[in-house]
Amino acid sequence: MFRYIIRRILQFIPVLLAVTFFTFVMMRAIPGGPFDFAGDRSLPPQVVANLNARYHLDWPMWKQFLSYVVGDEMLGEEGSSRGLIRGDLGLSLRYRGQSVNDIIATTLPVSAQLGFMALLLALFIGIPMGTIAALKQNTWIDYTSTFAAVAFLSIPNLVLAPILIWIFALKLGWFPVATWGAKPPYLWGFLPSLEQMNIDYFKHAVLPVFALGTSSAAGIARLTRASLLQVVNEDYIRTARSKGLRERTVIIVHALKNSLIPVVTIIGPAFAALVTGTFVVELIFGLNGMGKHFVNSIGNRDYSIITGVTLLYAIVLVIANLLVDISYAWLDPRIRFD
Amino acid sequence: MEDREVILDIQDLRTRFATNEGLVHAVNGISYQLHAGETLGIVGESGCGKSVSMLSVMRLLQVPPAKILADAIKFKGEDLMLIPRSEMRRVRGNEIAMIFQDPMTSLNPVLTVGFQIKEPLKLHMGLSDEDATERAAELLTLVEIPDAELRLNDYPHQFSGGMRQRAMVAIALACNPTLLIADEPTTALDVTIQAQLVDLVKQLQHELGMALIWITHDLGVVAGLAERVIVMYAGFVVEDALVDDLYGNPRHPYTAALLRSLPRMDGRSGEVLEVIEGLPPDLLDEPVGCPFAPRCSFVKDKCREQNPLLEEFAPQHNVACWIDINTGEFK
Ligand SMILES: Nc1ncnc2c1ncn2[C@@H]1O[C@H](COP(=O)(O)OP(=O)(O)O)[C@@H](O)[C@H]1O
Ligand code: SF4
Ligand SMILES: [Mg+2]
Repeated sequence: MFRYIIRRILQFIPVLLAVTFFTFVMMRAIPGGPFDFAGDRSLPPQVVANLNARYHLDWPMWKQFLSYVVGDEMLGEEGSSRGLIRGDLGLSLRYRGQSVNDIIATTLPVSAQLGFMALLLALFIGIPMGTIAALKQNTWIDYTSTFAAVAFLSIPNLVLAPILIWIFALKLGWFPVATWGAKPPYLWGFLPSLEQMNIDYFKHAVLPVFALGTSSAAGIARLTRASLLQVVNEDYIRTARSKGLRERTVIIVHALKNSLIPVVTIIGPAFAALVTGTFVVELIFGLNGMGKHFVNSIGNRDYSIITGVTLLYAIVLVIANLLVDISYAWLDPRIRFD
Repeated sequence: MEDREVILDIQDLRTRFATNEGLVHAVNGISYQLHAGETLGIVGESGCGKSVSMLSVMRLLQVPPAKILADAIKFKGEDLMLIPRSEMRRVRGNEIAMIFQDPMTSLNPVLTVGFQIKEPLKLHMGLSDEDATERAAELLTLVEIPDAELRLNDYPHQFSGGMRQRAMVAIALACNPTLLIADEPTTALDVTIQAQLVDLVKQLQHELGMALIWITHDLGVVAGLAERVIVMYAGFVVEDALVDDLYGNPRHPYTAALLRSLPRMDGRSGEVLEVIEGLPPDLLDEPVGCPFAPRCSFVKDKCREQNPLLEEFAPQHNVACWIDINTGEFK
């Protein structure tokens, strides 16, 4: 198992390099550049040329990429890049004087806290809902939960979030309208500090977590239901019943673990997507999260932020998938790593 | 005749399934009795209702789509059709245990073999985990799995097909059942392993004294195992006889045809095996007349209109046919 994990991590390196390379090259290949506009005025060509030179955007592509990966020092050039290999993601092209590392360090924790809570919500609502719907197949409980799941799956965040704000913040006044309850410095770099983790923090979190998590909860509920309905027709479930076990024991002990195997598959990508930030929810609730920065940077052609955030997303995704594979082995003893 | 106590008395069991295509008449009114310690073989082509009749007795079919009707299914005097579900659970795995056709899919792949053997021990006998582990190891030894204590921690995929079926036997025998129902337990196994399993179950039955219902579509297997055989066709019992009578003096045209289609052990070569022409009736149709009529070489007009009831032909030999197959004329 340990050797398997090491091997997987070593396999990540070329994958991550490839992701970085493609993002790096493709962003620079699309038309437009980071210094086309300041506000809504275009900059004089001379100024643009100076800026391009300052950020080495006038170098050939291979040299820019090398500078990004190994740093300027190793290339024997003057410059600020210390290189990806030393963990330096470069300077933002639009937020003067801010490094991508700084920007991620302030925005990722918000996205991660939000996404993690949304994922927990999705699991703790989705799995029981799907299980109950399957057990009460073709009853009003099943129909109601199916209806709710389909509704939540098809309502976009863009619609759901304002509705939640309107009802629960504006009309009922139960929760604040916007903003996040925790600010830097973060505990261990990503958790809210202990004095910030109070009722107020969670009140701020409720609406965005719901806005973000309900569609995942609905998806997991659908998948759990379908998977469980398939598992309860398996021969070993009949064997379990023929032993005289209660139906509850049959489901919880014999069916649920088997039925979660496909559910775990979607948790990996869902985790990566939720944790690295979602543009719409962050924008509507005015959260200073990574998703918002990511989308803004695409419009701004802020190459460094885009490449850095994409790389981070890729890292979270491969780690999430590794965790998924490890939990497979726990769920299904037929899977062994060696 | 039979002085052993009747433990199972099935009276006019009918099982149907509501499907999109219509009502499937899977079991169409079968009645028979089973005595303590008796070995009963149930034979018949695939799809004739062998499994469904047993699953009906165990109340293991999902209702709906299944619909189970019976005058009574008495087990040790208690009508299984009437007892509450909790009582039925006390019977299952404890008084009546069942092993199934496919050992590859009948054990739960994500739970250890030991866990699955211990379950009925804890449930019905109230054993502690420690005692159950000890007993589970004994049971695995009993079904001739070496290194039983170690193998308890294995998952089913670490067992071969034959071992899995023996583990199923261990689970079934855990609580010393009064009746063991084996539903084609050897069909999915190699011939040599089949024979080993038959011998094992025979020996265990001898030691433990339970009654055994052995379902198969292979008349050859029951010959060496059963005291009495029931032949089923399209959801009906067509013949019910002691094993020697059935093989030596089959009274139903279907039984006779089945026996002629059996490869002979004495290896007389050159003999062409007979195959029964035609197909069993579509169970979606309401049964009218004798179900075997379309394939029967003795068929008379009456057969197509009226279904013969299962009647005593000789002591302990019941047949459902209008005709005496020795003469080809009405009885
Ligand atoms: N759940 C079900 N729904 C519809 N038909 C079924 C169902 N289970 C069994 N049947 C039908 O009942 C008949 C008897 O099946 P079964 O008892 O399994 O046959 P076998 O004698 O081979 O064990 C078959 O025609 C089968 O298709
Ligand atoms: S009743 Fe008639 S059709 Fe049916 S088995 Fe006997 S002879 Fe054949
Ligand atoms: Mg069957």
